[in-house]
Amino acid sequence: MFKRLAEKGPAIAITVDGRKVTARVGDTVAAALLAAGIDHCRTTPVTGAPRAPYCLMGVCFDCLVTVDGVGSRQGCLIPVREGMKVETQLGRREAGR
Amino acid sequence: MIAAADLASSYELVIIGGGPAGLAAAALAARAGVSTVLFDENPGVGGQIYRAITSTPVADRAVLGQDYWDGAALADEAKASGALIVNGATVWSLDRQRLVGVSVGGKARMIEADRVIIATGSQERPFPIPGWTLPGVMTAGAAQTALKAQGLVVDGRTVMAGSGPLLWLLAAQTLRAGGTIDAILDTTPRRNWLQAMFHLPDFALSPYFAKGLALLREVRAKVPVHRVDTMEAVGNDRVREVVFSGAGGTRRLPVDLLLLHQGVVPNVNLANAAGVAHVWNDRQLCFVPVLDADFGSSVPGIAVAGDGAGIAGGTAAAERGRIAAIAAVRALKPDAVVPDTQAIRQRLQREEMGRAFLDWLNRPADSFRMPEGDTIACRCEEVTAKQVRDTAKMGCEGPNQMKAFLRCGMGPCQGRLCGLTVTELIAAERKTSPDEVGYYRLRPPVKPITLAELASLPISEAERKAVER
Ligand SMILES: Cc1cc2nc3c(=O)[nH]c(=O)nc-3n(C[C@H](O)[C@@H](O)[C@H](O)COP(=O)(O)OP(=O)(O)OC[C@H]3O[C@@H](n4cnc5c(N)ncnc54)[C@H](O)[C@@H]3O)c2cc1C
Ligand code: FES
Repeated sequence: MFKRLAEKGPAIAITVDGRKVTARVGDTVAAALLAAGIDHCRTTPVTGAPRAPYCLMGVCFDCLVTVDGVGSRQGCLIPVREGMKVETQLGRREAGR
Repeated sequence: MIAAADLASSYELVIIGGGPAGLAAAALAARAGVSTVLFDENPGVGGQIYRAITSTPVADRAVLGQDYWDGAALADEAKASGALIVNGATVWSLDRQRLVGVSVGGKARMIEADRVIIATGSQERPFPIPGWTLPGVMTAGAAQTALKAQGLVVDGRTVMAGSGPLLWLLAAQTLRAGGTIDAILDTTPRRNWLQAMFHLPDFALSPYFAKGLALLREVRAKVPVHRVDTMEAVGNDRVREVVFSGAGGTRRLPVDLLLLHQGVVPNVNLANAAGVAHVWNDRQLCFVPVLDADFGSSVPGIAVAGDGAGIAGGTAAAERGRIAAIAAVRALKPDAVVPDTQAIRQRLQREEMGRAFLDWLNRPADSFRMPEGDTIACRCEEVTAKQVRDTAKMGCEGPNQMKAFLRCGMGPCQGRLCGLTVTELIAAERKTSPDEVGYYRLRPPVKPITLAELASLPISEAERKAVER
């Protein structure tokens, strides 16, 4: 869906569901997922439908993921950090828990 | 990085939002000697238009264009002014007493303010078409944010769809960055010209006229444009095709990425939760705060500046921020020297001149704002248009009652992606005006805050009282 204009800037290693993903300085969690071709990050609590980041500006909450054990974080607002553990999540309703 | 512990318990002026409005306001107020803090939830300043202005990896300045790079001066000015600028700071509550709840780096603080300027800007208007929740369907603004902030450009089969200047701007920026766009689906109803025409003379005098024409030419030279009346994203686990119809019949295009956009609307959540009165603006088809000439709201001491006050664009946002800041300085430090408001108001007027034309021309069709059938209206709770329409027909009079019936607006986005749709659907079914129907009544926290963050609030006696009142 997206490619990087230039593979510049220091690489940052994170894991997504245990898989190694190389992100870049300046990436948010959602951007790193999109750049790695991961096109869904959660399923909905009501029907279990897959969702991916939609707005990348903090309004839609479709980018909710678990970051370092904390569930339902807005991936598009959180900068990546070396060693960060990101998990896609299933159907949780409450944000920020 | 500034941490929660570095924050004082009170400031004379708290500004929420670090786009052009917030940055211009902070620079002006801090230079006039007002103790000023600016909170923005993004990792860097710039807001939407100047997103990642201090860190963008897009080195070729032609890609994002001069209007983007103009933001650098504003960011520098704010930084040099002495205002405390805190990024990664999410404001989750604001009340009528101007107590600001903010979270920085996982720690929450309650901060008292003598004056508050809400500069939280705009968001893209909901675009509820069938399939808009599928992975692979995003907003045009999202793709633009990824380009500005991370240097990501669209890849694979890409279709952009909708209306409004930002769609064309993104298309041009994408092409300049080396991306390809398979097609643009233009949803602007042709009959909009009838109304827009009257405002063409003003628009021709505004700075947006020449820029707009140049953009259209640049994009049309490279991308096929189809005018469409209906549009649907199709796929199971993700979008595979976009199906659309127009004068030439029904067509389908395979897509990896479908980017939607039909204008921007004020981001009302924080102002609404603080009790600021809003009215329906029929030209811009959205709720806007009721404001005086200095952008002061119905709540004493709280102003709303920038596109959050009604859409007028980035340059106008900065001028509005300045006017709101001058009012704050005058109230707080009557002897301070401030710039001449008259000159600022004149510049603002010039900026706002072309707006009526743009608003009428790009007014999204009813069918793209008020969907039918199984099209999802509320993304969070997966409530369909039909459910909302049926419930309105049964007698449900407003969005707050609708919440109780259908849970729409009760998910994590707190109505940001369904509020306008639900209001307009109810108004249509009950044959009344959106103003009559009203909007969701919002309560803090307007952004999710974790229990750990709440537990991190300092518990001095004063602050405990502040939280409990
Ligand atoms: C996605 C998008 C892209 C756009 N791109 C362009 C463009 O390229 N060119 C153009 O001319 N116009 C663009 N616009 C239009 C935009 O509205 C501009 O006119 C301009 O950015 C408005 O400036 P502002 O200062 O009012 O608010 P904004 O620039 O929107 O800034 C508001 C800031 O407030 C922050 N914020 C919001 N809520 C909170 C909170 N609760 N706590 C802390 N911080 C908060 C936001 O993160 C944001 O940084 C865009 C709009 C959108 C929605
Ligand atoms: S992608 Fe919309 S909130 Fe993160």
